[in-house]
Amino acid sequence: VTRGPADIIAAGSDITATTGTGGDVTLPLPRSLSRLHSLPWDRGQRDRPLTRFLPRSIELDEPPLVHTAASLFKEMCYRYREDLMAGIIVAGWDRRKGGQVFAVPMGGMMVRQPFSVGGSGSSYIYGFVDASYKPGMSREECLSFTANALALAMERDGSSGGVIRLAAITEQGVERQVVLGNQLPRFSSP
Amino acid sequence: MEAGGTRLPLPFWAGGPAPGELYSLTCPSAAGPGLESHAGGGGPLTRPSENPMVTGTSVLGVKFDGGVVIAADMLGSYGSLARFRNISRIMKVNDNTVLGASGDYADFQYLKQVIDQMIIDEELLGDGHSYSPKAIHSWLTRAMYSRRSKMNPLWNTVVIGGFYNGESFLGYVDMLGVAYEDPTLATGYGAYLAQPLMREVLEKKPILTKDEARDLIERCMKILYYRDARSFNRYELAIVTEKGVEVEGPLSVETNWDIAHLIRGFE
Repeated sequence: VTRGPADIIAAGSDITATTGTGGDVTLPLPRSLSRLHSLPWDRGQRDRPLTRFLPRSIELDEPPLVHTAASLFKEMCYRYREDLMAGIIVAGWDRRKGGQVFAVPMGGMMVRQPFSVGGSGSSYIYGFVDASYKPGMSREECLSFTANALALAMERDGSSGGVIRLAAITEQGVERQVVLGNQLPRFSSP
Repeated sequence: MEAGGTRLPLPFWAGGPAPGELYSLTCPSAAGPGLESHAGGGGPLTRPSENPMVTGTSVLGVKFDGGVVIAADMLGSYGSLARFRNISRIMKVNDNTVLGASGDYADFQYLKQVIDQMIIDEELLGDGHSYSPKAIHSWLTRAMYSRRSKMNPLWNTVVIGGFYNGESFLGYVDMLGVAYEDPTLATGYGAYLAQPLMREVLEKKPILTKDEARDLIERCMKILYYRDARSFNRYELAIVTEKGVEVEGPLSVETNWDIAHLIRGFE
């Protein structure tokens, strides 16, 4: 999940989940990027059923703040930290602070970041994102940064793969995109 | 009624462990504000306890003539991964007190929330009084001990520094509720690496000036960065004097690696 020039969030994720400890079966799930409200988005990993069933009813006169959405996740993840296993990234746009990314990792802390990565393949791309990220990227740069990061992770991580689902979140709303398995960015490989 | 030998528990044993059966420690779902209300969730066999997830390393504290200074780096580690490199582990409690925490960062954030609310509630009383550093330390000791006694600790070691009524205060509380005060304090690796240095300085000169205290802290932060594998070269410094609280940061230490050239085998 990357934050672009103050207004744009690019979020992406792959679509596989593995059942069983041996990782022998892969199920393509409809999405692991869930829409929370018309604007803030959440990207949850690991405990997939959990993130899909989290309450989405935020009844306000104006769209919720990204911080608020993230806090709601944080409250639940911290309270039930013993019982839950979920690493969550909440990203979205609101009128007060524009595009924002909040990480709610396991344990239930909450922190705002310029960009965030998570999930099983994330370990392989910390170096890549640290080296490539620049503040103030345009929408296209953000989307390609996210797609490249995911593609690299999917390449190396056995538990990741399939397609990339991207979402660009702006004041106007969310635009989804799919990068299919045969269209993934390619990198050098022997 | 069954005649078999399995009709347990007996009346006087009701509610307690049934011999041969698995007994689960239940968490009392006590109502009430503050740290006590931490629901256990889950089924009957949920044992409240914890595994720290994102953690902070050492916190240092030194008293000087006219105040205290505490320092902590800005890293949240996820095991060996330096995951969050720009988080603050120091909080300003009020104009007399600061608090630095090592250990689980989510628990620190929770503690911060509770303390901030306490400070607001006290402000609303409007009686002109504010919590002294000693009061905060005392409260925190009871709170941490209470959580540990329910087998659901706040996985933190906390340093409280302050200046109140012309006196410096420096206190320590850990996740077990162990608490003490000292002119120099350090948590985590700092206790092994920095504390001896701090004590050595104070032995020669028991009362430091603000600049001397600051230099000591900086020297210790440098050594911690060299030696603690879970540290980071970016830290914050909080100084409390009668003028109030000043949090400086992010700061970095200058490191000298010349010694590398003196080591044989790498020519």
